[in-house]
Amino acid sequence: MPENKNIIDTLPGDAAKAMYRAMVTIRQFEDTVYYMFLEGKLPGTVHLYQGQEAVAAGVCANLRKEDVIFSTHRADGHAIAKGVSLNACMAELFGRVTGCCKGKGGAMHLGDIDAGMPPAVAIVGGGLPMAAGCGLAFKYRKQDNVSIAFFGDGAANEGAFHETLNMAAVWKLPVIFVCENNLYGASTHVSKVMKVENVADRASAYGIPGVTVDGNNVFEVYRAAGEAVQRARMGGGPTLLECKTYRRGGHSRGDSNLYRDKKEEAEWLAKDPLVLVREKLVTGGIITEEEIKNIEEQVKAEIEKAVKFAEESPFPAKEEIFKDFWAD
Amino acid sequence: MERLTIAQALREGIREEMRRDERVFCIGEDIGVTKGFGGAFTVTLGLSDEFGHERILDTPISETGLVGAAIGAAMMGLRPIADVQYSDFLFCAMDQVINQAPKMRYMSGGKITVPMVLRAPVGATQRGAQHAQSVESYFFHCPGWKIACPSNAYDAKGLLKTAVRDDNPVFIFEHKKLYGAKGIRKVSGSIDASSDIPAEEYLIPFGQAKILREGKDVTILATLRMVYESLRAAEELASKKGISAEVIDPRTLIPFDYDTLYLSVKKTGRLVIVHEDTMTGGWGAEIAARVSADIFDCLDAPVTRVCAPDTPAPFSTPLEEFFVPDKEKIKEAVLKKA
Ligand SMILES: Cc1ncc(C[n+]2csc(CCOP(=O)(O)OP(=O)(O)O)c2C)c(N)n1
Ligand SMILES: [Mg+2]
Repeated sequence: MPENKNIIDTLPGDAAKAMYRAMVTIRQFEDTVYYMFLEGKLPGTVHLYQGQEAVAAGVCANLRKEDVIFSTHRADGHAIAKGVSLNACMAELFGRVTGCCKGKGGAMHLGDIDAGMPPAVAIVGGGLPMAAGCGLAFKYRKQDNVSIAFFGDGAANEGAFHETLNMAAVWKLPVIFVCENNLYGASTHVSKVMKVENVADRASAYGIPGVTVDGNNVFEVYRAAGEAVQRARMGGGPTLLECKTYRRGGHSRGDSNLYRDKKEEAEWLAKDPLVLVREKLVTGGIITEEEIKNIEEQVKAEIEKAVKFAEESPFPAKEEIFKDFWAD
Repeated sequence: MERLTIAQALREGIREEMRRDERVFCIGEDIGVTKGFGGAFTVTLGLSDEFGHERILDTPISETGLVGAAIGAAMMGLRPIADVQYSDFLFCAMDQVINQAPKMRYMSGGKITVPMVLRAPVGATQRGAQHAQSVESYFFHCPGWKIACPSNAYDAKGLLKTAVRDDNPVFIFEHKKLYGAKGIRKVSGSIDASSDIPAEEYLIPFGQAKILREGKDVTILATLRMVYESLRAAEELASKKGISAEVIDPRTLIPFDYDTLYLSVKKTGRLVIVHEDTMTGGWGAEIAARVSADIFDCLDAPVTRVCAPDTPAPFSTPLEEFFVPDKEKIKEAVLKKA
């Protein structure tokens, strides 16, 4: 594996900073969301993305607005990295009419097609076939856009995963299958439900490239995703990109991770992607401590604004339930 | 006698059946993981301590695979209790659920049986359109499944034990807001559906409705969470409007206890059917059609239904509250006909 410092050197400073900012935004957004959830201000449940920020940031930094991503129940990291408005994300979590889905989607369905992200799919594995279809449409129209399917290690055991990879492979679709292997599907450790060591090992069964990277290292993710995106844009077909990572929190609301091995947990928690990126940016001379502080302050203000926006927004009126139903 | 929630009563029912019959085992996602959740709603919590991981079998996230494996094992004489975490995920397994399980016996000319139970949680709980559906009617339509839908802990245990001993595929639809799951798995807005559970063993035969409240002016037929909304409506109709409503819980949709329903409607002359599922093509339509065909002369008014509107379940709290039928809408339906 090449030295990460080299990757930084070849990265435009702006891209590195943008990725850092995305990661900080996701982290802070979710700190706020979790707090409000515990306060009883948010309905339903939350699936926090904390610990996996480098994946969304590193992949999406390679994308254009017109490229499309498909997300999962763990949606807000992807939404933020793809550029869905923070205000609209926050308002959606609150179920307000100003939310990115007018309050009809909710936490597990964040997304805004205007930012290149349809509502996230809360059926495990359900996003992959549609991501292939999206790639099919790009290919059909001879556009050089790409489609991304984010999914978890657990989703790699759904039939939809296997059917889709095969189709995307034989049709050479411009799709990148980004598996965020955080070692657990809910409470189930990946070793209990998968015989291969890496999800990416499965790529060979479909005749496509499979790449495994450290998903906590945003520069590695950025580079590997960049190669896959480039290949897809040039008509080279799909890639299965596996990012090894770890949830910092529970699977969903109030899950205290009792089933996780404490040694494994300690090892992974010590590799916080935000700490890692910060160190690399500072030692690489890309960013100063001062700039870091500025970014964090700016993000904090943006999130406070988003909360205020959400809380001050109205709920949808009852008639909204019948709207947006048939296309006319 | 012990006061148990539905989650606990199901757990005790499963435990008793597994102790009684070695062929019985559980299969599902996150059901037996050590220090895990015991399934999405704690029903199998702790069971792997007693029965081990071979009989509380955790699967990959593979609904087609796990439902199909349950069917195959049942064909070979085992008696699996399979579950999906939310009934919405049944649709991932539709081939096995619709094309295989309910057709094997018939296609084999009666040589094969599929004695399996498939448990699935239904109902809206502020999680959006893909975790909210009440899916009973999809399977009600498919010949070959029996369907139980317990509204309280006593029924849950008795129906589960009957389901395990039935030689046919049986669905048990359980409502998320009725489980009484505790601690971190608690569902907000839960309704107390706990019961006093006798120490002695009991089973509840399929096809026996329960009259939960006697009345003479109108019959309200409801399942699961809607039982509670109907009972509240009946109370208020009695105290505020002097209308006496009879509330019936069929407890199983297939087989359906038409006898009890018809006796009631013959007495009251009116029927309101309540389900949380959307209206069009719901099981309520079938019951309404049968009532109209079989005992039309006894009706003083058309049969009406109180159901969710024909839309996906919206996320936002006020929209979801409007989506799910409640006592007010039931009262309205009763009064409109009065
Ligand atoms: C088809 C389907 N089965 C089960 C679930 C319940 N469920 C939600 S998230 C989850 C775990 C998913 O694991 P993974 O794909 O690794 O994603 P992660 O949660 O780790 O991000 C499960 C089992 C679901 N939403 N959809
Ligand atoms: Mg996972």
